[in-house]
Amino acid sequence: MKYVVAEASEIESGGRKIVSVAGRSIGVFNLDGEFFALRNRCPHQGGKLCEGKLWGVIRSERPGDFEYRPSREILCCPWHGWEFHVRTGQSWCAPERLRVRRYEVETVAGEEIAEAAEVTAAPIEDPDAPSPGMVKGPYTAETYPVSREGEYLVVEIPG
Amino acid sequence: MIDADVHIPNPRLRDLYPLLPEHWVEHFNNTVDKGASQEYYPPRSPVAGRRGGLEELREAVFDQGGAELAISSCLYAVDSVHNPDVAAALAAATNDWQSREWLEQEPRLRGSVVAPIQLPAAAAEEIERCADRPGFVQVLIPARTEHPLGSRLYHPLWKTIERSGLVAAIHFGGAPVMPPTPTGWPSFFLEEYTAMAQVFATQLTSMIVEGVFDACPDLRVVFLESGFTWIPSHLWRMDKEWRNLRRLVPWVRRPPSDYFREHVRVGIQPLDAPPDPAHLGEVVDQLGSDDLLLYASDYPHVHACDAGDLLFRLLPESLGRKIRSENARSFYRMGG
Ligand code: FES
Repeated sequence: MKYVVAEASEIESGGRKIVSVAGRSIGVFNLDGEFFALRNRCPHQGGKLCEGKLWGVIRSERPGDFEYRPSREILCCPWHGWEFHVRTGQSWCAPERLRVRRYEVETVAGEEIAEAAEVTAAPIEDPDAPSPGMVKGPYTAETYPVSREGEYLVVEIPG
Repeated sequence: MIDADVHIPNPRLRDLYPLLPEHWVEHFNNTVDKGASQEYYPPRSPVAGRRGGLEELREAVFDQGGAELAISSCLYAVDSVHNPDVAAALAAATNDWQSREWLEQEPRLRGSVVAPIQLPAAAAEEIERCADRPGFVQVLIPARTEHPLGSRLYHPLWKTIERSGLVAAIHFGGAPVMPPTPTGWPSFFLEEYTAMAQVFATQLTSMIVEGVFDACPDLRVVFLESGFTWIPSHLWRMDKEWRNLRRLVPWVRRPPSDYFREHVRVGIQPLDAPPDPAHLGEVVDQLGSDDLLLYASDYPHVHACDAGDLLFRLLPESLGRKIRSENARSFYRMGG
């Protein structure tokens, strides 16, 4: 099912909106014009993940060395600090064990909502993967043309 | 069987005279300075080392104990000496004495380089001087140090040890200027000995978090007389805290427990065994790897129970074999 959750202009770049859809709480994030939605429930112990702070990617080759990319795509759970990549829902620490449910978000022109077009997911190499071992999930941003007027965000919930 | 922790007694100052520069011999003869402190333990207590000779060690460790090889250390506390030149001279003389009187006399005996750890640069020089001598397989580092061992002050020293190919043996004790507990000076030996596990835990955390193993990926560390039953819960806690605080130490790219299992081995003495041996089996299991424990008798110190007997009765035969010899053989790259 697809749900209209916001106007695109409502969520500024770097911002988020937490919405209730189909009985669950979901966070919709704007990363530099791209939108992502995550379930607001941490797979660790159920913390309100989408209320966590966003961080850039930080890597290091040796003590005292910091390589920082200010992408602010890492969401840190307010309960115990597990980190999740907003683009993929992938947890950073233990990619195999924990993965938050990722929903697909499309930006579609107003008139297309009625047509309920099918969306195809295209796997894209993630340039911000925080570590080589991180699993990259497919996502579907920018698959549809964005109209400047009447621009809505649509979240698709499977089932 | 390989015995990973036996002790040779401290040299008496006069044993070192033939090996010390003449002006230091004169200094010791003419002043109240009588070198490093002799013992961590109260004199004549059961845990205090008896001053046995090589014959006594041969008989106890090899003939009766059944070891094929034994890794020895001499706990002469050069880290207690405040004069840097005296500390360095005593360390060098002690190493020459170890070579001459012990390691060259007994081919089954391996040794530990004594170094003035309070002076990292001087310690590095002494380690380089001894690294290629026959018999030395590790550097002795007292568990208690003036700064946490992960401090960047020590990173050049860790690099030297890594390059030398020696293992870093962190051993119970130490006589730095700092108190032996995390909250200050205790009043009784009982407090000091009990707190030693916390000292080890702190050093382990420091080394991992401050990136010693990231800076020195080939560094190997062995904990001697640390006990090991505290380790599983400590690792769990470190991994947990790492998840929310790792951004400040991004060089720590894997859970801290991974570093521990890759770089550190632990002697089995003293065994802080729970009253029910079945619980001990669980603790060994919780260490998360069969490669970690090394048989160690701690000769000639006497502990309340024989850790080896208890463990080997309890653990599966294959794990017992690893603890008895295979783990030490591969960690120390002893071949055979
Ligand atoms: S509930 Fe999110 S980190 Fe524990």
